[in-house]
Amino acid sequence: MRPFTYERADGLAELARRALQTGQGQVDAEVQFLAGGTSLIDLMKLDVLRPRSLVDITPLAAEHGTVELRPDGLRIGALASMASVAVHPGVVEQYPAIAESLRLAASAQLRNMATIGGNLLQRTRCPYFRDPSWTACNKRLPGSGCAALDGINRNHAVLGVDTSCIAQYPGDLGVVLAALDAQVELAGPRGARRVPFSTLHRPPGGQPHVETTLLPGELITEVAVPAGAWTRRSLYLKIRDRASYEFAIASAAVALDLDGETVRSVRLGIGGMAYRPWRAAEAEAALTGKPLTEANAEAAAEIALRDAVTNGHNAYKPELGRRTLVRALLQARAM
Amino acid sequence: MNYDPQSLLGQATPRVDGVAKVTGAARYAADEVVANPAYAYLVTSAIARGRIAGFRLEQAMAVPGVLDILTHENVGDALKQSPPGPDGKPSTTTLESERIWHDGQIIAVVVADTFEAAREAAHKVEVDYAEERPAGTFGDEGTQTEPAEAPFGPNPEVGDAAGAFAAAPVKVEARYATPTQHHNPLELFSTTCAWEGSKLTVYEPTQFMHGTKARMASQLGLDIQDVRAVSRYVGGAFGSKGVNGRAAWVAIAARRVGRPVKLVATRADGFTTNSYRAETLQHVRLSAERDGRLTSFFHEGWELSSRPSPYCVAGTEQTARMYACPNILTRVNVVHADRNTPGYMRAPAETPYMFALESAMDELSYALGMDPIELRRVNDTQIDPVSGRPFSSRSLMPCFDAAAVRFGWQRRDPQPGSMRDGEWLVGYGCATACYPVFTGPAGARLTLMPDGRAQVAMAGHELGTGAYTAVAITAARLLGIDVDDVTVSMGDSDLPPVIVAGGSSNAASTALATAKVCEEARRRLAAAAVTAADGPLRGLDPDALVLVEGRLRHDGGAEEPIRDALVRVGGRLEVYAEHVPDGLPRGAVAALGDGQLLFQHNGNRSDVTAFAFGAQLVEVRVHRRTREIRVPRVVSAFAAGTIINPMAARSQFMGGAIWGLASALHEATELDHGAARYVNKNLADYMIPVNADVPSVDIIILPEKDERVNALGIKGIGEVGIVGMNAAVANAVFHATGKRLRELPIRAERLL
Ligand SMILES: Cc1cc2nc3c(=O)[nH]c(=O)nc-3n(C[C@H](O)[C@H](O)[C@H](O)COP(=O)(O)OP(=O)(O)OC[C@H]3O[C@@H](n4cnc5c(N)ncnc54)[C@H](O)[C@@H]3O)c2cc1C
Ligand code: SF4
Repeated sequence: MRPFTYERADGLAELARRALQTGQGQVDAEVQFLAGGTSLIDLMKLDVLRPRSLVDITPLAAEHGTVELRPDGLRIGALASMASVAVHPGVVEQYPAIAESLRLAASAQLRNMATIGGNLLQRTRCPYFRDPSWTACNKRLPGSGCAALDGINRNHAVLGVDTSCIAQYPGDLGVVLAALDAQVELAGPRGARRVPFSTLHRPPGGQPHVETTLLPGELITEVAVPAGAWTRRSLYLKIRDRASYEFAIASAAVALDLDGETVRSVRLGIGGMAYRPWRAAEAEAALTGKPLTEANAEAAAEIALRDAVTNGHNAYKPELGRRTLVRALLQARAM
Repeated sequence: MNYDPQSLLGQATPRVDGVAKVTGAARYAADEVVANPAYAYLVTSAIARGRIAGFRLEQAMAVPGVLDILTHENVGDALKQSPPGPDGKPSTTTLESERIWHDGQIIAVVVADTFEAAREAAHKVEVDYAEERPAGTFGDEGTQTEPAEAPFGPNPEVGDAAGAFAAAPVKVEARYATPTQHHNPLELFSTTCAWEGSKLTVYEPTQFMHGTKARMASQLGLDIQDVRAVSRYVGGAFGSKGVNGRAAWVAIAARRVGRPVKLVATRADGFTTNSYRAETLQHVRLSAERDGRLTSFFHEGWELSSRPSPYCVAGTEQTARMYACPNILTRVNVVHADRNTPGYMRAPAETPYMFALESAMDELSYALGMDPIELRRVNDTQIDPVSGRPFSSRSLMPCFDAAAVRFGWQRRDPQPGSMRDGEWLVGYGCATACYPVFTGPAGARLTLMPDGRAQVAMAGHELGTGAYTAVAITAARLLGIDVDDVTVSMGDSDLPPVIVAGGSSNAASTALATAKVCEEARRRLAAAAVTAADGPLRGLDPDALVLVEGRLRHDGGAEEPIRDALVRVGGRLEVYAEHVPDGLPRGAVAALGDGQLLFQHNGNRSDVTAFAFGAQLVEVRVHRRTREIRVPRVVSAFAAGTIINPMAARSQFMGGAIWGLASALHEATELDHGAARYVNKNLADYMIPVNADVPSVDIIILPEKDERVNALGIKGIGEVGIVGMNAAVANAVFHATGKRLRELPIRAERLL
C-alpha cells in the first residue's frame, strides 16, 4: 500500500466542476472514487491499485442511496448498500432475482459496507491480477501477457474472452442486471447520461486494462431496471464450492413470462464464467414461443454456451453452465 | 503412584482462560507490549528457483521512517546456524545467501518506525533475479525421487504381500492423490524480539517453548541462558508453529536498529515461510478371501519435499497396523522439488494415508458385496499385525457400532445412486480414524499456598486446545481442591521444560507431570503429618493418606484440612517433579531444555502398540444436475482412553471432523506448474468451510479404560478427529453417485 490523499465529495456539481481524471475504466487510474472500499482498499493493500488520491463518494448516498419502485421500473441509487437493496420489500417481491443475487453475494459484513455502484465495478478475482509479484497480466500491466492462460484457471471465464485476458467478472448482481435490460445513470464533468448496463463493461479486446466505458470523472449515480411481466417470476441460481460466502463457479439469472407452458418472454444471464455480465440473447430467442420443457431448456443452454472457450482447469464450465441454466429455467417454471 | 485414572474421567469444565480470551485480556505473542518497537515486513521471492542477481533498494530506503533493510548482501555472518526442517534435518535457507529454493522465500526484511512504512517500502524493493526453470511438484520435469525410511521405525513389512495378492480371490488396486494444504491458524505467524544487553527475549507463538529458546540461541550463537521465549497463548498452531526461517532475522534486525522489532507476517507469507502438508500420491493393493478376511495389503506413498529436506510422514506406519492381515508390504518415497520444506500438520501422516487405505477398504467392500462396517469388523484385531504386540486398548468396533446407531446406518441401501431426496442424490459413507499415542517428558513445579490454593508452573503450551484447563483439572483432582483454586502458568521458557505440544501428546505429557508433582506434594504433606508430635494423623501410614475435599484424609477416617497440613511444612510448599515416559533416558527433561525432542511412541515401546480410534460416518448430498456436494450430517465416535475434560475433547473432535470435511471438499493450495508458485495464498481463495457447510456434527465419546498406555490412561484427542473424514466423504460420494473419486479435494466438476 502506498500513501494517498483522501477527500470527500461534497456533491455532484462540485465533482463535475473539478473534472477529476478518475479514468474509471483503467486499473492504473491515479484518482479513484471510494464507495464502500471493500474492493478498492483490498486491492490497494495488495499493492495492485496505487491511486494517489481517493475521492470518497459516500456523502452522495443522501441523494443516490435509496430504492424507488415505480410503475415503469425499479431505480436503485448507486450508493445504496447491497444489504439494504437485498431486503427491500419491493425488490424482494417484484424483482426476486435482484434480491437473491445480493443475498447470495459476499458476507453480511461486506454487504453492509458495499454499495451497488461498487459492486457493479468490482474487480476480477484472478489471482495473477491480485498479486503484483506475477509479471504477466495484461489487465495490470498492459502488454505483459496473461499468466492465467497456462496457469491455474479453474475459475476463469469461458465466455467473452480472448487471448489477452480470460478473467472472470465475479459479481452476481451484474448478471441479473444484464438479463433484465438495466440502464445505468451516469454523472460526469460533461453532464449526465444514461447507457445500457450491457455496454458499461468492455470486452477485453486486447486491452483488458480498460475495463469500462466510463469517461474520466464519470460515476454511476443510479441503476434503472425496466418493469416487465417477467420480473416477478425471476430467480438467481448460484453454484459454488461451499454453501455461503463464496463466488460462483456458475450462475444463472432467469426471468420468465409464461403463457401456460409457453414462453412468452424470457431473459437469461450467465455468471461465474463470463468476462463481463453476460446475457444469453440467442438462447432467449430459441426459447421464445416454445413450451418450457426440459428438452427445450437443454437446447437453449446448448446455444448459450456454444461459443465457450476453455483453457484447461475451466474445461468443466460449459457443461456446468448448461446444467445451471437448465436447472434455473425449470426452477423458474415451477415458481 | 496411588491415583486412579478413572478419577480423571472428567466433568465438563469450561475453560479457565475462557473469559480472558473472549474479553481480549489474553495476550498472544504479538500483543506483548515492548518499549518503542520498530516494525518489520518481509520481502519474499517471486520466483521458485534461481539466484538473486541484485537488489535495488533506493526507493524503499527513501520511504520516510524506514530504518533498515536486511538482505543477504548486508547481514554478514550474523546468523550462526541455519534453522533445520521440522525433522531436525537440513532445510531451505533465507538470507544466508543469494540462493532461491522456493517461491515466497524470505529474501529481505524491511524495518521501519511503523508497520505501514515497512509495508510500503517492502512493496518498493526491487529485485533482479537470475531465474532457473523450476520443478514444482509430481510430474514436473526436474524433480528427484528417492526411497525413504518411515520416521519411527523400518517400513512395515510382513509375509509375502505380492504372492498373497496374486493368489487372492477378491482384490482391489488403486492410486490416490491428496493435495497441498496449509494450516492457516487464525493467529498469524509473528515474532517480536527485544534485547537487554546480551540477553534476548523472543515473543513468538510456539508449540515448543524450550525448542524456540534453544533454536534462537544456536542460530544467533548465544548462550542458551541468555534467551527467553514467551508464548502465553497461541491462536492455533496445528503443527505450523515451530522452527521457522524468520525469527532469527527479527532478533538480528532488533540488534541492528537498537530497538525491539515486531514482525507479524502476512497471511500470504504464512503460505511460503512456514511449513505445510505436502501433496501425496499413493498406490494401494488390497486382497481378501470371499468372507472379507484380508490376505494382503500393499501401500506405497510418494511425498513432496524441498530440495534439501528428506522430511516425510510415511503414514504407512499406521495403515499397516489397522487391520488383521498376514501379508503386508509398505514403501515410501520423497520427491524433491523447488518448494519450501513441508512439515507437521494435524495428523500429518494419518490424514493423507488413511484416505487411501479407507477408500480402498470401501472399494473392497463393494468388490465383496459386503457392508463396509462389517468388512472392518471381520478384520478387526487386538494384535498389531506388524509387531505382534497387543494394542494397549482398541475400541474401534464399539465406535462403529455407537456411531452407526446414532447415524441410522441401517437405512443405507448399498446400491450406489439408489438413495434420493428430491433433486438430491444421497450417499452414506464411513471410515476408520486412528491416531498413535505419543507421550513426552515434562517437568512441573507446584506451589501450595498457605490458604490451600495451588499454583502449577510448567513451560506448557496453550494452542487453543484447553491446556491450562486440563492441567488445572488434573491438579485439582489430585490435590482434592476446586479447579478454581488452581492457577496454572505456562508459555514461558523460564518454567520447567515440557515436550512439544504435538503428536496429540500435550494432555498426557502435562497431566502425567502434574500428577507426579501432586503426588510429591501429597507425600511431603503426609510424611510431615504422620511424623508430627501432634495432630489427627500422627503415627498413621503415610501411604494411606489421600488429598480429598480440601483435606488430608486417612482411609480410616482421620483427617485434617490441607491448610493445617501445610503449616507443618512451613505454611507454603513448593515441589518440583518430572515425568519421563518408560524407555526414555532419565535426563530427558533436561534434554528438552536443550531443545531436544524425545517421545515415547509405538516405534520405541516394546510392551504395546497404542492408538486412539474412531469411526466417522457422513451423509453427503449431491445435486443431481449441477453436482454441488453438501454434507448435512457427520456422526463420529471416538475412544481415546481417559478424557480429562469432555467439553474440550468434544470441541477437539468436532474441530477435527470439520477440518476433515474441509480437507475432503475444500482445502487445496493451488500451484502454478510453470512457475512453481502458489496462487491462492489468502483465505478468500484457499477455501475452508463456513458455518453453512457444517449443519450437524454429532460427537460420541466412548468411555475407554486403558491401563497399559500410561499411568493415567490418556491417549490424546487433538488429531484423531480429522483422520477418517477424507475417506468417509469420498466413500459417501461414491455411494451417492457411483463415481469413485480418488483425488482430493472432491469438487463439483469431477462429478459432471
Ligand atoms: C471476500 C469477498 C467476497 C466477496 N464475494 C462476493 C460475491 O460472492 N458476489 C459478489 O457479487 N461480490 C462479492 N464480493 C465483492 C463485493 O461485493 C464488492 O467488493 C463490493 O460490492 C464493492 O462495493 P464497494 O462499495 O465496497 O466498492 P469500492 O471498493 O468502494 O469500489 C470498487 C470500485 O468501483 C468504483 N466505484 C465505486 N462506486 C462507484 C460509482 N458509484 N461510480 C463509479 N465508480 C464507482 C471504485 O472507484 C472502485 O474502482 C466479495 C468481496 C470480498 C472481499
Ligand atoms: S486473466 Fe486477465 S487478469 Fe488474469 S492474468 Fe490474464 S490478463 Fe491478468
